[in-house]
Amino acid sequence: MTFFSGEKMTGGYGGADIITSCTINVNRGEIVAILGPNGAGKSTAMKAMLGLLNLKSGKVYIDGKDISKLTPQDRVKEGISFVPQTRNVFTGLSVQENLEMGAYLREERVDEIINEIYELFPVLKEKKFQIVGELSGGQRQQVALGRALMTKPSVLMLDEPTAGVSPIVMDELFDHILKVKKTNVAIIMVEQNAKQALSIADRGYVLVTGENKFSGTGKELLNDPEVRRSFLGG
Amino acid sequence: MDFINAIVLLLNYIFVPALSYGSQLALGAIFVSLIYGILRFAYFTAGDLMSFGTMFTILFTWYFQSLGISLGVFPTALIAIPFGIIVTIFYVLVKDKLVFSYYRFKKSPPVMLAMVSIGTMFVTQAIVRIVIGPFDRRFFDGEKFILKANEFKEMTGLNEGLTIKSTQVITLFVTIIVVSILFWFLNKTKTGKSMRAYSDNEDLALLSGIDPKRVVMITWVIAAILATIGGTLYGLDKSFKPFTYFNNMLPIFAAAIVGGIGNPFGAFLGGYVIAFSEILVTYAYRKFFIYLLPESIEPDSLLQLLSTDYKFAVSFSILVVVLLFRPSGIFKGKVI
Repeated sequence: MTFFSGEKMTGGYGGADIITSCTINVNRGEIVAILGPNGAGKSTAMKAMLGLLNLKSGKVYIDGKDISKLTPQDRVKEGISFVPQTRNVFTGLSVQENLEMGAYLREERVDEIINEIYELFPVLKEKKFQIVGELSGGQRQQVALGRALMTKPSVLMLDEPTAGVSPIVMDELFDHILKVKKTNVAIIMVEQNAKQALSIADRGYVLVTGENKFSGTGKELLNDPEVRRSFLGG
Repeated sequence: MDFINAIVLLLNYIFVPALSYGSQLALGAIFVSLIYGILRFAYFTAGDLMSFGTMFTILFTWYFQSLGISLGVFPTALIAIPFGIIVTIFYVLVKDKLVFSYYRFKKSPPVMLAMVSIGTMFVTQAIVRIVIGPFDRRFFDGEKFILKANEFKEMTGLNEGLTIKSTQVITLFVTIIVVSILFWFLNKTKTGKSMRAYSDNEDLALLSGIDPKRVVMITWVIAAILATIGGTLYGLDKSFKPFTYFNNMLPIFAAAIVGGIGNPFGAFLGGYVIAFSEILVTYAYRKFFIYLLPESIEPDSLLQLLSTDYKFAVSFSILVVVLLFRPSGIFKGKVI
C-alpha cells in the first residue's frame, strides 16, 4: 500500500471525461513525475487527487484513509499541499507574509517553520520583507514552494514547477525539490521537460488521453525506446 | 504683507476645507476599494450606506440629547457614532446574507453584482427617506469654531482671516486614528493579512485554508464602520441631506479609482487628490490675484475655472482621464 494514491480515477470538468481509469501513487521520500503530451490530462489527474474536480469513479487514499469525498481545503488539512502552475504566490504580499499565509491554519507560532523554510531557501531570508511581485521568476517559484511547505505537508504536488523559467533556474529548482524530498515528503510533479524531470524522479507515469500508458522508474522510462520516440524526442 | 494675505486666503478657502472634505471622501473610498478587492464588484450603495449610518447616528444623537447627555464642547454625535456603527454592521450583514451571498454562491460576474448593489442602493435610499425624510438636517452641537476669522485677524494684524471649524479638526483627528488602526490591522494582524491575501489571489488563499466567509464578513464590518464614521463627519462638517450623500458616490468612486481600486492606501490618498482638485478648480481666485498683482493689472472677473455647481464634473473628468490613460490608478490597483 503506497502512502498517497489515486486509484482508477475517472472524471472531468463537467463535459467529457478527461482522465479515465488513471492510477497514480507515491510514497514518502519519493518523487513521482507525471509526463505526457499536451492535453493528456496530466494536470487534471493531479487536480483530481487534490479534489479540484469531482470524480465519477475511483478513490483517493492518503495513509490508508479514503479522502475521495473531502473538499480541497479539507485535504490540505490531511497534509496535502499544492503548488499551482500559475498565480502560485501572493504577489502583493512580502515573502514573509506569503509564508505566514501558507501556515494560516496553524494555531501555534510559525516562526520556527519559517526559519526551516529560510534554511531550505536561503535567498528568501535575504528578501523576506520584499514584495513578491518584485522578485525574479526563480525566486517566486521558491516562494511558492516555501508557502506550500508551511503546512508541513506529507504530500507535495507541483504543477509544472519549471514552466517559463530559464534552464539554469530550472536546475536550481530541481535541486530544491530534491532537498524537499530529503525531508521525507512525497512529491508528485507534472512536468513538460520530461528528460530533466525523469533525471530527478524516482518513478514516472506517462499519460496519454487520460490513461496510464507507461509507468516505471525514471531510468526505465528514459531507456524505453517507445517512450523515447513518442515523448522525449528520440 | 500682501503675499502673506494671499497665502492665508488660500489656506482658509482651499487647504483647510479640502483637507477635511478629502478625509471624508477618503474614508468612503477606502471601503469601496476594500469591497472591490475582496468581494470583487463596484459597490454602488457606498454613498447611501454612508447616509444610512449617519441617519442612525443622528437618531441616537437626538436620543442622547433628549436624555440631556452631552460632550460639552464636542458634538454629541461622537458618542452616538458607535451605536450608529452597530446598526449599520447589522444592516450590511443582513443585506449580505439576504442578497449578495446568493450571487456569490452562484459565482455571478462582477457586473451583475454591481447591478445588484444598485438595487440595494435604492432600497437603502428608500429606508433613509422613510425613517428620517429627504430634508436637510443639522445635528451639530458643541463649540463650533476653534479659530474665528476675527480672532485670527486681531492676533496677526492681517486683512485676511483664517477660520478653523471644530468639525474640521475632529474630522482630521478621527480620520488619522481610524486609518492608522485600519492599516495596522491590514498589515500586521493575521486576519488583516489573510484579507490582503484573499484580495490578491483568491484561489491560492482558499488552498492555504483561509476561510472566505470570515474574510467577507470582516470586509462588511469594516465597510460599515468606515461608512458610518465618514458619513457622520461629513454631516457634522456640512449637513445631512440624503441626496447629497448619494451624489458623493461619484467623488468617492473617483478617489478609489485614482488611487488604484483594490488598494486601500491608494484610495486614502485618492480622497485628497479628488478633494483638492475639486476645490482648486471651483475656487474664485480674484482676491488672491488682487493681493499678488500690482493695481494696474488687477483682474476684473472672478477668475473661477468652474462654478461650484459643476464640481462633480471635476471628479468625473479625473475618473475618465485615469480610466483612459492609467486604468490601474496612480498606486497600482486592479485594472477595471
